[in-house]
Amino acid sequence: MKTYTKKQRERRNTLIGWLLVAPALIFMLIFTVYPIFRSVYLSLTKYRLGMQTPEFIGLENYINLAGSSLFWKVMGNTLYFALITIIPSMVVGLFLATIVNRKSRMTGFVRTAYFYPVVMPMIAIASIWMFIYMAKNGLFDQMLVRMGFEPMNVLSSKSTVLPAMAFMYVWKEAGYLMVFFLSGIQSISTEVNEAARIDGANSWTIFRKITLPLLAPTFLFVSTIALTNSFKLVDHVVIMTEGAPNNASTLLLYYIYQQGFTNFNYGVSSALTTIMLVLLMIVALPRFLSQDKKIHYN
Amino acid sequence: MQRKKMIGAGITLFAVVLGILWLIPLIWMIGTAFSVPSFHMTLFPTTAFTLDNLKYVWNAIPFGTYYLNTLTLVVCTFAVQFVTSTLAAYALGVMDFKGSSLVFAVIFMQIIIPNDVLITPNFMTLSEMKLIDTKVGMMLPFYGSAMAIFLLRQHFKSIPKALAEAAKIDGANTWQTIWRVYMPCAKPAYLSFAVISVSYHWNNYLWPLIVTNSPQNRTLTVGLAIFAKSKEANMQWANVCAAAFIIIVPLLLAFFVAQKQFMSSFVSAGIKE
Repeated sequence: MKTYTKKQRERRNTLIGWLLVAPALIFMLIFTVYPIFRSVYLSLTKYRLGMQTPEFIGLENYINLAGSSLFWKVMGNTLYFALITIIPSMVVGLFLATIVNRKSRMTGFVRTAYFYPVVMPMIAIASIWMFIYMAKNGLFDQMLVRMGFEPMNVLSSKSTVLPAMAFMYVWKEAGYLMVFFLSGIQSISTEVNEAARIDGANSWTIFRKITLPLLAPTFLFVSTIALTNSFKLVDHVVIMTEGAPNNASTLLLYYIYQQGFTNFNYGVSSALTTIMLVLLMIVALPRFLSQDKKIHYN
Repeated sequence: MQRKKMIGAGITLFAVVLGILWLIPLIWMIGTAFSVPSFHMTLFPTTAFTLDNLKYVWNAIPFGTYYLNTLTLVVCTFAVQFVTSTLAAYALGVMDFKGSSLVFAVIFMQIIIPNDVLITPNFMTLSEMKLIDTKVGMMLPFYGSAMAIFLLRQHFKSIPKALAEAAKIDGANTWQTIWRVYMPCAKPAYLSFAVISVSYHWNNYLWPLIVTNSPQNRTLTVGLAIFAKSKEANMQWANVCAAAFIIIVPLLLAFFVAQKQFMSSFVSAGIKE
């Protein structure tokens, strides 16, 4: 057996460590780290289809965007869509988790029914819901008519297009958030609940005074993924509206896609990407800050 | 006590009714896909059963090719991720090497900023590599997966070091230790990672759409989107439902068979620390 000095062994260890990490790291450097810096750089340039090299123009792209009403509309849409999807889907997700957490013969069926949209592609879901929302003939408008209301044609009206998409998205996403809440609820020790019950607390009090506070870390975590997911999802816009009517349903990532792949304006597309990066970092911030003083009770 | 039982039964009933409401889009889709097209949309089919819609879309869309492409994409992506993530997870979870915090920083970057939003710069990189409209190009950005590395690392860390040391004493090198000790012990983590990776890539749309521009490279989702937006599909909900059905059926069946595995996979992949 060969013997190594401590220093030699350490150096060998470092070498093996880096060699093992290398394959994954190379791909992450090329397709995650490099594009982040590249977006920031290209956002400071004029770069369109047909130009050989990007031309440095400083902050002009950002200044132009700041003066464009369309840009502010898109940002407004993106934040509004995030708001009206994540809050309802978290409330519904938590609610579903509490009903699924009960012991009953139907639990298996119910859990499956709430979760199945998660494994369906958004493209398929949007294709189906487009018909559900279709004017007059669609299931939704027919239901309205039967209930004595006017048909709404939700996808072609400025004020209803995003709420209609959000409703579909909550239906798809709530089951996903449900499983996180469920695992959070199940990690709360039963002793705490039993102690409260002996003290005479009813289910609603236990839920408010014990379950909800103990779920604080789950809430933080779930809101982060829900927000990130809502920012990165545009498949439904491509299928259902392409931003219509009058850009009322254009979301930031769809706008990035349009600028980059329909207008071939890589400079502006990169500026928008950079703004998206900042948004995503802001979303992730609370989770990182809370990492040290973690809200944990177990 | 009587009152409590009543409330319990009431909640169960409510949960079931809500579950049925949740199933409505699926019920409508399947019912419509398998019945004769009509101009009147109804929740439950009112016309006769038929396989014509399925036959029609199967011939109208090159589904055979698309299926093969999606399968290739899903299998090859997973296979490469399997290797790269196992190696990285071992290094980061079991070995203590200098500079590993740098690698963690990169991993966190990918967790915060998913590849989905980096379409513009990644498309440029890909076109500089001359990989536009190739299957490799569709997969490349996903070969290094932060999610998979984290998931496996978490599991590797929980495996007692004594096992690895015993293998070392028996003369096993690093490869053999990973292969014979760590990988067999981490089967549940691999299963979760497989579920997440496969369902993500089966359903992914925007990136394959951007990278491909010829029918022989398109995936199922891209094919469905093209069909759903084409003139032939206008007002033809029976055909669109049939096409959607063809795409979702494998994953949905897998989910119905192994629903618990799916749910626990999504939880363990989501919670990364």
